[in-house]
Amino acid sequence: MAAEKAEIDALKKECDGLRTKIEAARKAVNDSTMTDAAGGVDTVGRVQLKLRKTLKGHLAKIYAMHWAADSRQMVSASQDGKLLIWDTFTGNKLIAVPLKSAWVMSVAFAPSGNLVASGGLDNICTVYNIKSASPKTLRELDAHTGYLSCCRFLSDSEILTASGDTTCCLWDLETGKQKIIFTNHIGDCMSLALSPDGNTFISGACDSLAKLWDLREGTCKQTFSGHTSDINAISFFPSGNAVITGSDDCSCKMYDLRADQEVTGYQDTSLNAGVTSLALSNSGRLIFAGYDDFNCHIWDTLKGEKVGVLSGHDNRVSCTGVPEDGMGVCTGSWDSFLKLWN
Amino acid sequence: MDKGGWHRQQMSCFRKMEKLIVAMQDPDMGIKMRNQRLLITVIPHAMTGRDVIDWLIQKYRMCEEEALHLGGMLVRYGYIYPLKEPRSLVLRADETPYRFQTPYFWTSTRWPASEIDYAIYLAKKNIRKQGELMEYEKERYSLLHKRINHTWDFVVMQAREQLRASKQRRKADRIVLECQEQAYWLINRPQPGAHNILDVGLERPNNFSSRVTLNSDYYKSEIEACRRALGRNRVKSSICLEGFVKFSEQYQNHDPIMQGCLPSNPWISDDSAHWTMNAEMVPTPTRLRVERWSFSFRELLNDVMGRREFMTYLEKEFSAENLCFWQACENIRHGESSRIVEKVEEVYKAFLAPGAARWVNIDSKTMAHTLEGLKHPHRFVMDAAQMHIYFLMKKDSYPRYLKSDLYKNMLARAIVPQETKKSVFPFMRRQRHSSPSPAQAFTQVLEEDGRAQAGTNAAGSHV
Repeated sequence: MAAEKAEIDALKKECDGLRTKIEAARKAVNDSTMTDAAGGVDTVGRVQLKLRKTLKGHLAKIYAMHWAADSRQMVSASQDGKLLIWDTFTGNKLIAVPLKSAWVMSVAFAPSGNLVASGGLDNICTVYNIKSASPKTLRELDAHTGYLSCCRFLSDSEILTASGDTTCCLWDLETGKQKIIFTNHIGDCMSLALSPDGNTFISGACDSLAKLWDLREGTCKQTFSGHTSDINAISFFPSGNAVITGSDDCSCKMYDLRADQEVTGYQDTSLNAGVTSLALSNSGRLIFAGYDDFNCHIWDTLKGEKVGVLSGHDNRVSCTGVPEDGMGVCTGSWDSFLKLWN
Repeated sequence: MDKGGWHRQQMSCFRKMEKLIVAMQDPDMGIKMRNQRLLITVIPHAMTGRDVIDWLIQKYRMCEEEALHLGGMLVRYGYIYPLKEPRSLVLRADETPYRFQTPYFWTSTRWPASEIDYAIYLAKKNIRKQGELMEYEKERYSLLHKRINHTWDFVVMQAREQLRASKQRRKADRIVLECQEQAYWLINRPQPGAHNILDVGLERPNNFSSRVTLNSDYYKSEIEACRRALGRNRVKSSICLEGFVKFSEQYQNHDPIMQGCLPSNPWISDDSAHWTMNAEMVPTPTRLRVERWSFSFRELLNDVMGRREFMTYLEKEFSAENLCFWQACENIRHGESSRIVEKVEEVYKAFLAPGAARWVNIDSKTMAHTLEGLKHPHRFVMDAAQMHIYFLMKKDSYPRYLKSDLYKNMLARAIVPQETKKSVFPFMRRQRHSSPSPAQAFTQVLEEDGRAQAGTNAAGSHV
C-alpha cells in the first residue's frame, strides 16, 4: 500500500512539474492582452435589446432549448415531460413530443430539421423523427452510466452526447451504437459545442476544465483551466479560434485555442449568481450569458465589459441560444417561458 | 438526500453576496441607517428600500433597474428583510423599511436548516399565541410531529426555554430577534407557491467523486497528455487577439443584433422578407451574402449558392473535378455509415484511380497513404486527400475566383434590400380595412418612428 502511494505521489509530482512547464510555455507567447488588442475598437455603448416575443406553452421549468438550422424553428424541453417545437416567427407550437422521462436536461435539433434528441436523468439520449405523421422514437441511445447533460447532432447519422458519467460520446444513429467514447474529464460533463469546421468539439465539466477533442482520433487535444467551479456552458467564438465558457463561479472566460491559454475573464462584483448558459452574436462581439439571478447579462467580448441585461424572467435563466442567422437571442427559464430579444 | 454538489456551488455565490452585504454595512462607506418606528416600538439600524438602491447605484455605477434587481436578490436570499410586510420578499424603491439580517441567521451560516430547529420555531409560535400558525405551517408542524416524534419532548422544552429567555429581553430586541428568525424561516422553509431559493432543479445523483479514481494509471496517461501538450505549437497572443478583433469588425455588418438587417429584422417587423431573400437558392443573392464569400474559403463552401458559383468558375478553368471530389468526400464524412464502403469505392473510381474520368491531382505521398487506407475503408479514409485538394483550391482557385469577372459581376448584381417602409408594419396593414382619420394615421407614424428608431439603434454605439 505504501509503495503504491509512493508511486502515485511520484507520478503526481512529475505531472505537476509538466503542468508548470506548460504554464511557462504559455506565458512565453503571451505578449499582449485583449485590452491592448481591442484598444482601438469602438465601444458598443449600452446594448438595449427589446423583448419581441414570449412563447408560452410549457407547464413547468424549461431546462434546454436549441434553434433549428433554418433560424425559425426551435425546440424546447421542460420538466413537464414535453418537447415543444415552435415556429418562432408566428409563435405557434408546431409539434409536441411527449417524453418517457420528464427529467430532461438537454435537447437538440438536427441540422436537417428531421430529427430532435433529448435526454436527462434517464441516462438515455432519445432521438425522435419529427417528420413522420406523429413524432416517432427513432433510437434510444443507452450506454451512458450517468445523466445526459448535453447532446448535439453532427448530421442525421451521428450525434454527440455529454454525460454526468464524465464522458462524451459519439454515436452512430443507424446502428444505435457508440462509436467513440471521449474520456479524460474527472468530473460530470455538463456541456459541449461543435466547432464551425466540424473537426473538433469542446466540452465543459464539473472538474472546472474545458477540453478540446478531435472527432476523428477521439483524443483530447487541449485542456483549459482557470475556473474555480463547474463549467455549465461552453461555446466557440464564431471564427473557431476561441472557446467561451460559463461557470458556477459566476464568471465567463475566453480561451484562445492557438495561444493555448485564457485571454479574458468576464466577471463583475455585482454578479453573484452562477452562469447557466451562453450564446454569442454572429460577429462574436456580444456574449449573452444566462445566470441564476433570473437575468441574461450581455458582455462585450472584446472589451470585457458588461454592456447590457435582458431581464424579464421570474426565475433562473436555464438556456440561451442565438439562431444561425443571428437575428436575436432566445432565453428559456425555469419560469416556463421562452423569450426572444433583439 | 445528498446536496453536497449544491452546497459547493451555492456557497461561492453566497460568499460573494456576503462581501457585498458587509460593504453595505461599513460604518464609513456603507448605507446610513436610522431608527424605524414599528407601531409603538423603535427599531434601530433600519434603512429604506430607496437607501439600498441609491447605494448600489452609486457604488457600482449601475442604473436603477439593475440596482433594483441586485437589491431584490439580496432580499430573496435573506440578507435583507422587510420590516413591515415580512412575507413580501421584494425590494421596493421607496420608504419601505428594511434591515440587515444578522450573520447568525444567514442561510450559509446555519446550512442546512435543521428539522429540529424548524420544529422548535413552529412550536414557539404555537405556544406564544394559539392560531398564530398559518395553514401550511400547521400542516408542516403535524408532519414534523410524526417524523421526529421521538425528540418531541426536547423540541417543546427548547421552545419553552427560548420563549422564557426572550421575555427577559427589551421589547425592541425581542421584536428584532423575532423578525430575524421569521425572515430566516421564510427563506429556508418557504411558503408553498413562494419562490424557493434552495431549489436546485433536478438532483444530479452523480457528484464529482468516485467515478474516476486518481490512481497511477490516471497519472501516467495525464503525464503522456502533458508531454504532448508541452510540445504543441503556440501562436503569439498578439496575433491571435488581433484575429478576434478583425473577425468581429469584419462581421459587424453581418451581425443583425449589432447592426440591424435589411430589409428588416423579421422578429421586429413581422415581415419574413429577409428570410425569403436569403433562402438557400434564390435567383439573385443579397450583397451581404456575396460579400461573405470573400471573407474565407469556408464561407464560400458553406453556402450552396456560393459553391455553385465557384463550380461554374472552376468549370471554366477545367478544374471542377477538385470541387466535385471535395463534395464527394464531405458526403462520405457526414453520410450514413452503411453506405461508406460503397461511396468510397465510387470516389476512388471516379477521382483517384489511374485513368479516372475526373482524376484529381494529389501528391504521391498522400495517394500512397490513401490507397493503404482504402483496404479498410472508414468515414475518414479520404481525409488526407480531401485536405490536399481543399488547400489546393483555397490557395490557388479561390483567390483567382474572387478577382474574376464572374464574382465581380455577381457582387454588382447582388441585391441590397430597401429598408422596409413603415407602411408595411402590421398596425398600418390592419388600418387599411377601415379608413383611419388623418390625425390617427399621423400619430401612428410617429409611434412607429419611435419604435423603428429604437429597433435600429438596438445595439448601435450611442452614448
